[in-house]
Amino acid sequence: MEFTDKHVLGLKDLLYRMADDLLILGHRNSEWTGLGPILEEDIAFSSMAQDKIGQSLALYEILHELGESEPDTVAFTRNAEQFHSCHLVELPIGEYDFSLVRHFFFDHQSALRIEMLTETVVEPLQMVARKFRGEIKYHTMHADSWLKQLALGSEEAKIRMQQAINETFPYALGMFESSEFETELIEAGIFGGEAQLKETWLRVISEKLNNFGYTMPDIETTEPILGGRKGVHTEFLQPLLDEMTEVFSIDPSADW
Amino acid sequence: MDPEIPTISIVDLGIVTKIASESPEKAFVQLTPTFSGCPALKIMEQLVKDALLEAGYQQITVETSFETQWNTNMISEKGRAALLQHGLAPPPKHDGYFELDVLSDIECPLCSSRNTTLHTPFGPTLCRSMHYCKNCSNAFEAFKPVS
Repeated sequence: MEFTDKHVLGLKDLLYRMADDLLILGHRNSEWTGLGPILEEDIAFSSMAQDKIGQSLALYEILHELGESEPDTVAFTRNAEQFHSCHLVELPIGEYDFSLVRHFFFDHQSALRIEMLTETVVEPLQMVARKFRGEIKYHTMHADSWLKQLALGSEEAKIRMQQAINETFPYALGMFESSEFETELIEAGIFGGEAQLKETWLRVISEKLNNFGYTMPDIETTEPILGGRKGVHTEFLQPLLDEMTEVFSIDPSADW
Repeated sequence: MDPEIPTISIVDLGIVTKIASESPEKAFVQLTPTFSGCPALKIMEQLVKDALLEAGYQQITVETSFETQWNTNMISEKGRAALLQHGLAPPPKHDGYFELDVLSDIECPLCSSRNTTLHTPFGPTLCRSMHYCKNCSNAFEAFKPVS
């Protein structure tokens, strides 16, 4: 099938939302470096942050091949309203209960999205999805281990984790905010769409949370927190970007 | 060679995926990233270019591509031996699907015992996991399996 302008716009939008999510969450994950509750967790979040930022680079490279600016320019010179990341990833790291729940919600979405994209007709994206698959596996395994373990822990652990699940769930639903191009992406075989992804994710998350001993939040009564995909963000994103780009901004033309 | 593990060549790691030389001055080499976030990618590209220049090529192209997706099965037997020589347990072979339990009895690179435990699947670099040998009481690192 020949791609129209709308197909290309839809593909770029998809790539931006994925890459921006990974870059911002990668940055947030890196904030645990030096602060992790135990050494191994410090290492775990640092390692996963590195993976995510590397994955964002691979996606920005594809965008560059499609005519967007160089990855460094895209990553370090845009302002908050130009980012297509969801609100979930820009929230501060908070306590470990929130960060673990965000990690669990986001990484399963990422793994499922990537799985869908291993069949995309867009070759460079298909190759990259097949590569990411093996890397993300370690992320979801880690998230599952911790969610499972904490449910078997103290009363405080169970209460705090359940609370974090309840409070984070509306933000998590924002990962699946529809784009203007859902029909185009689906018809062209580029991507199966946010609705299908959300449905699969809900099924996976629900089964896991129930197996671990948590209560799955009620999708019917939860208002998703949207806006990120359209460039409308919380007050947390711009300060994050200011900090992330601080060194780059000293001399944007420097060779590092 | 791999900038972080000097005993091993990137050919033995499975990083070099294509080589072509259409004429005596031309050289084309394609590399594939081990991990998307590997910080040594750019350095390796440069090292390859340098090596080709030294070998006398003048028209050199080195590209990094995901055309072949890297996984740990692509490490050669020679590569596995080099990892061991460096003190790293080589990754278990896999058929594309595995769970964390394949990491629970990795052979100790120091005493070869399988009486080992997984300490964490993450490590000081993206490719490493951390283990403990109950036989010789040493901590050690492994090159973790990636599909």
